[in-house]
Amino acid sequence: MDLTLVLAAGIAAGTVLVFAAVGEIFAERAGVLNLGVEGMMLMGAVAGFSTSAATGNAWLGVLAGMIAGGLLALLHAVVTIHLRADQVVSGLALTFLGTGLARVLGEGLTNRVVATLPRLTVPVLSDVPIAGPILFRDQSILTYVGFIVVPIAWFWIERTRPGLHLRAIGEYPAAADAQGIGVYRLRYAYVILGGVLAGLGGAAITLAISPGWFGDQTVNGRGWIAVGLVIFARWNPIRVAIGAYLFGAIFRFILDIQGVHSILGIENPFLAGRSSTFFLEMLPYLFVIAVVILGSRAATRQRIGAPAALGTPYVRGERGA
Amino acid sequence: MTIRLEPRIAAPRWLSAAATIGAVVVALVISGAIIGFVGGDPIRSYLHILNASFGSIGVLSDTLVKATPLILTGLACALAFRMRLWNIGAEGQFLLGAWGATAVVLSGVLPKGTPAVVVLPLMMAAGMLAGAIWGLIPGVLRARLGVNEIITTLMLNYVALFWIQFWVFGPWSESGFQQTKTFPPEAWLPRLSDFATTVPAFGGLTVHLGLIFGLVAAGIVWLILERSRWGYEIRLIGDSPRAARYAGIDIARNLIVVFAVSGALAGLAGMSEVAGSVHRLQDRISPGYGFTAIIIAYLAKFHPGRVVVASILFGALILAGREIQPSGVPAMIQGIILFALIVSDTLVRYRVRIERTPPPAPATAEPAVPG
Repeated sequence: MDLTLVLAAGIAAGTVLVFAAVGEIFAERAGVLNLGVEGMMLMGAVAGFSTSAATGNAWLGVLAGMIAGGLLALLHAVVTIHLRADQVVSGLALTFLGTGLARVLGEGLTNRVVATLPRLTVPVLSDVPIAGPILFRDQSILTYVGFIVVPIAWFWIERTRPGLHLRAIGEYPAAADAQGIGVYRLRYAYVILGGVLAGLGGAAITLAISPGWFGDQTVNGRGWIAVGLVIFARWNPIRVAIGAYLFGAIFRFILDIQGVHSILGIENPFLAGRSSTFFLEMLPYLFVIAVVILGSRAATRQRIGAPAALGTPYVRGERGA
Repeated sequence: MTIRLEPRIAAPRWLSAAATIGAVVVALVISGAIIGFVGGDPIRSYLHILNASFGSIGVLSDTLVKATPLILTGLACALAFRMRLWNIGAEGQFLLGAWGATAVVLSGVLPKGTPAVVVLPLMMAAGMLAGAIWGLIPGVLRARLGVNEIITTLMLNYVALFWIQFWVFGPWSESGFQQTKTFPPEAWLPRLSDFATTVPAFGGLTVHLGLIFGLVAAGIVWLILERSRWGYEIRLIGDSPRAARYAGIDIARNLIVVFAVSGALAGLAGMSEVAGSVHRLQDRISPGYGFTAIIIAYLAKFHPGRVVVASILFGALILAGREIQPSGVPAMIQGIILFALIVSDTLVRYRVRIERTPPPAPATAEPAVPG
């Protein structure tokens, strides 16, 4: 087992989580909790895969995946922003809807092989010792997109004027509204952006990272892991990226260790096919619980909470925070 | 032209019921359109579901068998949701309950030939205990450390799934298959067909004692929620945590207890499924009962009696939906029903006003609205 290859594959697997989690950060910073990430990712995955299968063009697939995620998010936006429905319930409904719809649309797509996105090696950077081969050698093009998305998201939220507006509508929408910031309009925009990124994450699975359609096993809880990472990262894109790549590495490690016959001369108890491998499979989900506990504790200690208006609909002219 | 939502002071009762039924009808129409779009025949699909679930006494009995775990997991969700506690983990608690009940049978703690009157109560206790423990973990984490219960309950579902797989692939595997051996008859809940010798009409009917568990549990949960002091506390916390705190209610303690009871109900569902219907533990023992339960609880507006009715409808959908192509249709219908319910809820709570001229300056002309 080549550690460099495992870590490189882990970075690729983490990219999926990066897209989904950064998207969720945008929605939550705007004050809208969207628990439908799993459903939006599945729709992105199936839309991307089937479009690539139909047209032979993986880029069109990526576009379709992003549109599919964005459309589901639009539904959530209408229901929670204008109809003032409970964001938790609507998000859960979105996951059910996305999962069921993706399974219906994905019927007959299993075992199909479709055009996938190109992989490339960055000339100079890939020769940097240690980090080069892990980050820049033979990665899918979407992995590099992920590297770029994270700093842009951070800069946008923390250092720009529109980012200030974004934070304002998530913290104190009434004050933002009084300043002339269009709370409804911006919330729509960021919820849809979150869906587009979740759809991109889903399409990244089926068209780049682990190509293929395996029903609702395709995403297999990674949407929920993304939601957990956002809490762990305290709504910060940089921290979320660190967590995402770490989880990607854990996922890869769990897969790869099952192919190793002995570790330091001791027979590997987690060899593929043994029932003890199921304990390995639990690990990512247990880690999510652990990091969410850590995130919650740090948030209470440092008094960095969720965006103040997270989960509450904004109604113009109505009192209350 | 602007659209405004005005809160209704009091929504008439019939409106709420009509909106719920209307939402289900609209959801079925939309689902039918999607089935048609992907090349299916919606009318034949729906007629098939109706016929294969309510068409005869035999299939009606099978529908009730599917409804049984849904009633118990639906009650688990309804109880927690009433306190606005998002227990999304009924699926995992169901699995642990099934595992606990199975452990009583297969671990060999009971000597061979122990009578059913001993085995079955022990299985119930073990199933409820295992489910309760699985519910306590997120409950304690939420109450003591403020950890979001949605994430923890969901993650524990996956952990429970792998836990079951470990046992049915490993220690309890029946000659390499992904299932345990069949339970001895002492570990089977009585079925109606067991009494066919005295009442011939019961022949072939699979309804088992678990249905009675579900109905009794519905009665108990109703008594707790509507007629007890504890239920009043749960409802108060759900409606207004701030008021509950001022009233001196121990929210953290209630949180933990409700999570444990909710987990125990889901665990009992798991026990009832292995002892009443499947008679063994196997991989994929649940087609997502714990997730359907969330929709059932919401459809029933957290009312135990309506949970029973909704469970029978969804039991029919799960039973007959197995033969419908494409296979994702039942899951999709469930998602669309939930969305339609959310929208209909808004229509009940608010009056939709469409105004042709823009309203005057909002701050002055808008009537004060209770926040």
